[in-house]
Parts: sequence; structure tokens; C-alpha cells
Amino acid sequence: MTGLGVASQLLEIVMALLLAPLLSGWINQCRAWLQNKSGAGLLQPYRMLHKLFNKESLISEHASPLFRGAPYIVFGCMALASAIIPTLSTDLPLSPAADAIALVGLFAVARVFISLAAMDVGTSFGTFGARREMLIGFLAEPALLMVLFSASLISKSTSLTTIVETLAHRHLAIYPSLALAGVAFTMVSLAENARVPVDNPATHLELTMIHEALILEYSGRHLALLEWAASLKLFAYSCIGLALFFPWGVAEAEAPLALLLAMPVLILKLAIGGVLLALLETLSAKMRIFRVPEFLATAFLLAVIGMLVSILLGQ
Amino acid sequence: MLYLVLAIPLLGSVVLAFTGQHDGAREINVAFSLGTFLATCALTAEVISGGPLFAWNREFYIDPLNVFLLTLTAFVGLTTAIFSRPYMRVERDHGKMTPNRMRLYHSMYQLFNFTMLIALMTNNLGILWVAMEAATLTTVVLVSVYRTPASLEAAWKYFILCGVGIAQALFGTVLLYMAAEKVIGTEGGALLWTNLDAVKAQLDPGIITLAFAFLFIGYGTKVGLVPMHNWLPDAHAEGPTPVSAVLSGLLLNVAVYALLRCKVLTDGALQNPLAGQLMMGFGLLSVLVAAFFLSRQKDVKRMFAYSSIEHMGLITFAFGMGGPIANYAGLLHMSVHSLIKSGIFFAVGHATQKAGTQVMEDIRGLIKVSPTVGWGMMLGSLAILGMPPFGVFASEFLILTTAMREQPWATPFLLLALGVAFASVFSRVQPMVFGETSVKPLRHPPALIPVFVHLGLGLMLGLYIPPYLDAWYRHAARMIGG
Amino acid sequence: MMSELVGQLINLLAAILLMLSFAMISQRRILSLIHLFTAQGAILVAATLLVGYATHQPHLYVSAGITLVLKVILIPLLLHRVINRLDVRWDVETLINIPMTMIIGIALVIFAFNLALPISKLSVSIARGTLGIALACVLLSFMMMITRSKAVPQVIGFLSMENGLFFAATSATYGMPMVVELGIALDVLVGILILGVFMFHIREEFDSLDISHLEKLRED
Repeated sequence: MTGLGVASQLLEIVMALLLAPLLSGWINQCRAWLQNKSGAGLLQPYRMLHKLFNKESLISEHASPLFRGAPYIVFGCMALASAIIPTLSTDLPLSPAADAIALVGLFAVARVFISLAAMDVGTSFGTFGARREMLIGFLAEPALLMVLFSASLISKSTSLTTIVETLAHRHLAIYPSLALAGVAFTMVSLAENARVPVDNPATHLELTMIHEALILEYSGRHLALLEWAASLKLFAYSCIGLALFFPWGVAEAEAPLALLLAMPVLILKLAIGGVLLALLETLSAKMRIFRVPEFLATAFLLAVIGMLVSILLGQ
Repeated sequence: MLYLVLAIPLLGSVVLAFTGQHDGAREINVAFSLGTFLATCALTAEVISGGPLFAWNREFYIDPLNVFLLTLTAFVGLTTAIFSRPYMRVERDHGKMTPNRMRLYHSMYQLFNFTMLIALMTNNLGILWVAMEAATLTTVVLVSVYRTPASLEAAWKYFILCGVGIAQALFGTVLLYMAAEKVIGTEGGALLWTNLDAVKAQLDPGIITLAFAFLFIGYGTKVGLVPMHNWLPDAHAEGPTPVSAVLSGLLLNVAVYALLRCKVLTDGALQNPLAGQLMMGFGLLSVLVAAFFLSRQKDVKRMFAYSSIEHMGLITFAFGMGGPIANYAGLLHMSVHSLIKSGIFFAVGHATQKAGTQVMEDIRGLIKVSPTVGWGMMLGSLAILGMPPFGVFASEFLILTTAMREQPWATPFLLLALGVAFASVFSRVQPMVFGETSVKPLRHPPALIPVFVHLGLGLMLGLYIPPYLDAWYRHAARMIGG
Repeated sequence: MMSELVGQLINLLAAILLMLSFAMISQRRILSLIHLFTAQGAILVAATLLVGYATHQPHLYVSAGITLVLKVILIPLLLHRVINRLDVRWDVETLINIPMTMIIGIALVIFAFNLALPISKLSVSIARGTLGIALACVLLSFMMMITRSKAVPQVIGFLSMENGLFFAATSATYGMPMVVELGIALDVLVGILILGVFMFHIREEFDSLDISHLEKLRED
């Protein structure tokens, strides 16, 4: 472990925490533009977080300690996930922990806790939100694993840093399996982050919501943490996507200059990704909840085909 | 002469596309078919005297295997055209054929003959596929020509099933080409059968195995082998009777021919009897299944369609056994089946027109109203069931004795199937021919010459095979080998 | 380096082709099916052009041209006309539910890959690896024809099977001889015209394009 390594690790965590709300704000802004609205501005998520942190947190008298603890656990998981994904540099002190399976496990822990917490107070909305969240989760997780495995077949390792290093270092090569995995990954990310074809982040329409139903009982700083965790999750997924499919520009070990360069490149890539996500959300309509398993099964199958193709083509 | 054989039906289809609705079109149709037949006869004479023949950059090839099928095809094409003359006149009087449909029918009939002849004469396996697909398309149109719900259904099923089946054959052809390309190279016709035949021992066995599997499924669908046979009874029953006659008499033969060409290559490449075993297995299955379905039919044309499946199974089985005798029997069976089955369909066509129905229970006492049609049907049925002295008896006898010697396990199944088929067909044809009459005479006299010419030829082949024909069969049987 | 890149691009296009085949079997709407079919044709054209470019086989350009005219322009146009005239834009029902179809589809893909793997090793073509994908596309379209109960999706399945076969020919052998390819194209065109006419007749006779009406003829 080097000093530079620690520095880049710290930089990455801080950047993730700070940039995540900005990414959400950017996507919302793009969506507003695409829908011919003026939008709330890029900084709106920060304002919201600030407001929520300053508000009193009301908690139901039936709530158990689990209910209070869940936001911290979820936030912690998401922060750790963003920390181990090699976004800026592959030389990170935490990189031994950056295993694909561990990463999926981290997301799963967060999911379990938020679902438990939603059921904890015993409201009907919380319960059905939890049910739907689990429905999506049990289909999305294997699909995500398959996507990561497709990528790891190329580098022969499930370590994210090794994958990114392998992909970034080869001179330009096209992997058909990654094209399939990329589509599958996009579909999984949309479902996991409660984006449009699966869930609508901008509505509280009770019959269709998933994510909003889960956090309906929270207020004040707890809600702020959960919102922040949600944007961190989106940030983490975007970074996984960029790391797997567009790994160029990530800094290597012992190169402070490259680290400095990596930052604007990352921001640029995120900005483009945000525009594309907003476009995708604007163009598609929300599907019925019964169709969601089908949607995710498709993602899973695409990822599996990606793996099969990479075996067939022997790359 | 070879070009003439192809040019006449093609020209015929163009001419009839413009004039097919007129009254004289039926005669024009016959004239073109006669021209084709005469041209093939001349071509045959040429091949007999001069040996195998190449034309147009070796793309066409006439050898002992296809030359007799060529003559047979042109001959059945001619007699069917003669038969369809009075048949179509009655259909027009009944209002089933409008002038436009008549035009479509005549034009497509010639085009169908054209595709059959191309499929037989081409040396290029790719063109063979194209011609088979084109034959499917023309017959789809012919089957649907009445535009009734049932005929549309039959045609749709026919198209979809055969389209899918024949697509598998295309994949097989691609694989074959791939194997050949490695040996022959991209230049110089790696799809030409003669070239492939010359290098067949060097073809990669792995690819050829897979290729034959696909080709077998593909052309086997067209042959009507069980379980890909579903289209066949529908298409036979719902189309006009002349179309049923050419489907059974020509199309199935040509599909078997395509299969044979592929089998020769596969046997050469594999050095094991895989192709033969496949053909025996599916052939036997078809014979058995068709025999049992025969007993459950109510529609006379459907019944004879199942009989075609049975006989195609028998032929496939014979070629699957291989060896000079079985191949000889297979070739002989192909010819007599084609002659007698189309003859039966001619008789059936007149019978159903007289009775106004295809349901066998409603056709009674044909012999009283029209003794010739009744006798034609009776004799035809006896012939197709393998009664001596007709040709089918000779070929079935040869197949059975060879099976007893070489594949004893299959003989009981074959005998059982032939017995069941005999019982079910005979018990239905007998009351249709004899018994109280319910049919009425028609205004137009039936075309009886085709029926009895076909039966006569079938009889002749059972009693006496002319020496040159015998030599052909022997030569072709040796070529198929196996 | 250059030919390596082209080879990889062809593999990528093959993967997209497979993806489109999967999208087709999971698609419910006829209009989207036609769009997917058009896209498949376009990918096929691109792949053929690339193979032609990489191997200096000018006749592949011609066959790419035929595909472009036939499968990207003419047939989709015809299909659009048919569905507009018959007004059957939305209704597609499958006989087996879609997740089940996809699981069968995956099994078919594994089967196809297994079948093709030993064979593609023997080929000398730069696109040899894609033979398995082509076979998988053929089998998937085959399944689509079986699981759809409406006439138009069946026809699209038929056409997409033709696409798979065409891709197989291009990838395994750099395309069939020109005469054969022209013949196949002609057959496909005539076939689709006949089917188009048929659909109108079926509609007239049955008041529906549901193939499940077509079950009068069967053994009972």
C-alpha cells in the first residue's frame, strides 16, 4: 500500500459521496429538458439533502431499533460499494475486496435491510414495497452476477480491478459477449435503481411505486441518508458499467498525473451516461409489474448468452 | 435437346399465364406437356447412345439415375395434363374454377413441371434446393386454387411445414459446401454434384454427418416421411385431383431423388452406414404409421395420400438397405408407384366428381354408372396394394426378400404394415366400386386413356422389364451403391 | 491487426444478430417484430459487407446488395402494408408464455453451440466462430414459428430463419455461388408474395389471422 494509493482511495470515496447527488440532479435535469420542462436545477438534490438533514426525524412508536439502524447500514453498504469499484484508479488499498461476488453481496445486504425496515412498522405500503423489491432483487442479482461473470471470463478473474485492468490494457478489441452483457447490464441497472420501465422515481402513485413505498415511513435525516444512498447506488452502478464497458482513462498504479486526468474523464463519461439514461427513460413507458420478471429474465438470458458466446468464440 | 426440355414448360407457363382462361387452354396445356415429353424422349435417346451428358458449364448433368426419372416425370406430366382436360371442364361447370383460377392453374402447372425438371437435371446441389423450394411454391398455389377455407388451410400448413423443412436442407447444403470448399476450393463449383462425387472420400466426416442430418430432415419433409408428413394428406385431399396426382407421382419422387444424391455423397465420405440406417429407420416408421392411419380415413383422397406416405417409406427403406438388389427394387418401386398412384388419382378424380363428394361412405356402386372408372379404381387399388402381376408386387417382393436376408428384424414390421394397408384400403374401395349406386353420370366423358395407360405400364413392369430399362435400373442401382 | 479487428466486428454483429433473434421471440407486438426483422436484415447486410471486405470476395457485395433491397427495404415494406391493410398491428399471442419460450431458447442456443463447435474449428473462414450463432438463430426462428398462433409472426419467423441461413452461408463459406444465391432470393421474394396474398384470403375466409382457426384438417 502506498501513500498515493491511500490518497486515491480517499479521493474516490469523497468524490463518490459528493458527485452522486450531482449525477441524480443531472439526470433529472436532462429528463426535464427532454420533456420540455425547465427543471429544478443541477443542485436540487443537495438542497433536498440539506433540508432533510435539518428536519426532525419522526419515527413511529411501533418501530424497532432495526428501523432506526437500517438507513445507516444501507448508506454504509453503498458508500463501501462505491469505494471498491475501480473508477479513478486500479491501485486502491481496498481493491482486494473488490470482488464481483462481494459487490453483489453488498447490494444484497442493503436490499435485505431496507426491506426488513419497510416491513418493520407494519404499514401495508411498506410491506408491498418490500415484496416487490424482493421480487426484483431475486431476478436482478443473478443477472448482475452473470454480467460480471461474462466480463470475468475475459480476464479469468472475478476481481473487479483485474477485470478493469485487463479490459483497459488490451489494445482495441471487440468482445461480442460484452455487447450482450452490456445490454443485460443496462436492463438490470434500470430495475435496480428504480428507473422508468420498472419503477418511476418521480411519482408517489401508490399502486405502481416500489422504491418510494419502501421509504415512505422515513423522514428527516433517515430519509436524507436513504436518498443519498439511492443516488450512491446509481453512481455505483454507473461506475460499474463504465468500468466494464468503457474502461479507458482509469489511472494505473503510481501515476498521480493520470489520477488527475482520470477525474475529468470520469465526469465526462458520467455526464454522457446520464444523458443516455434520461433519453432512455423518456422514450420508454413504465411497464406493468407483471412484466418485470419477464424483463429481468430477458436480462438474465442475455447475460447467459453473452457467456455462451464468449465460450463459443473462444476469446 | 436439354435446353428444349426446360424451355418448353417455361414457355408454356408464360403462354398460359396470358391465355390460360380460355377454353382452348386445356389443349394448349396438353400440347406443351406433349412437347416436353417428346423432348425428354429425345434426350433419353441421346443419353442411351452417348452416355452421361453435361451442359452449360457442367451445371446440368444427365446420368442413368436421373434420366429415367426425367422421362417418367415428363410422361406423368403429360398424362395428368390429358386427365385434367375433362376434369377441369367439370370443375368449371360446377363453378369451382373461375377463368382467373383456370389461368393460374394452367400456368402454375407448367411452372411446376419446369421446376421438377430443373431439380432432376441440375448438377448443382444449390440449384437443386432452389428448384425444390420453387416446386413447393408452385404447388402451394395449386393446392389453394379453390380458395375454400379447407384448401387455404392445407396450403398454409403445406407452405409453413415444407418451408421450415426445406430451410433445414439449405443449412445442410451450406455445410456440404463448407466441407467441399476445403477440398475443392472456392473456384470451380464446390457445389457441383459430379465434383463432390469425385472427392467424396476426402470430405470431412464430422461436417458431412451433420450436413446429412439436416439434408435428411429437409428433403425427408418433402418426401413425406413420418413425423414430418403432416402436410401431405391435407395437400393431397384439398387441392384439385390432378395436383394430387402430380404431388404423389412426381414431387415425392423428386424429393427421394434429392435424398439419394445426398446419400451417395454421405456414404462416400463417412465409410459407415449412418445414412442408410437413418433412411431405414424413418422409412420403416413411415410405413408403419401410414398403414395404421390408412385404416382410419374417411376421405378417399386422404386415404390414398397416406398410401403414398407408406410407399415413400418403403422406397426410403429400400434405398436405406442399399446394395444393387434393394436399390434396383427401390427404383422400380419409384416408377411403378408413380405410375399407378397417379392412375388411381385420375380414377378417384372422376369418381368424386360423379359422386359430388370425397367422403368414401357416400361413394357407392361406381361400376354400375361408369364401369370403366370403377374398374380403373379397383385395378389400381389392387395394383398399389401389391397384388401380382402388377409391378408393385415385383418391387415389394424384391424389397421384402432383401430385407429378410439383410435386415431380418424389419421384415415382420413390413409384412404387418402391408397387411394392414391391404385390409384397410381394400375394404373401403370394394363397396365404393360395387354395391348400390348413388352416383350420377356426368356430361363430359372421363379421360380414361391416362388411367389405363398408367395401369397397363404398371402391369407391364410387373411382367416384363424391357432390356434397356433393365440396364438403366442396374446401372443406376450400382451408382447409388451403399 | 486490421483483419483481426474486422473478425471481431463480425463476431460482434453475430452476437447482435442472436440478440435480435431473442428479442423477436420475446416480442409481443407485430409492429416491433417487423422493426426487429428489419434491424436483423441490416445487421446481416453489414456482416456480409465486412466479410466481403475482409476476404476480397466481390460477389459478397452483390449478395449484401440483394439482402439490402429484399430484406431491409422490400419485405418490411410489404409487411407494413399487409398489417396496415389487415389492421393487425397489436395482437400477438404466444402459445407458450414468454419466459418459458426464452428458457427453451437458451437450451436451443446451447444445443446449437455444441453442435457447431467441433465443426467451426475445421473451417478456414475468418467468421468461422459464428456458425454456431447462425445455427442458433435458425433454431430460434424455428421455435418462433411453432410458438406463434398468428399468421404474420409465423411469416416473420420464416423470414428470420432465412436470415439465419444466409448468415450461416456467409460466415461458414463466404456465401454460396451467385446463381444459387439469386435463386434463393427469388424464392424468398415469390414466397413472401404468395403468403401475403394468402393472408388476405385467410382473413376473408376465417375473419381472422389466427392460425388456430386452421385446425379443421387433422386426424381424429
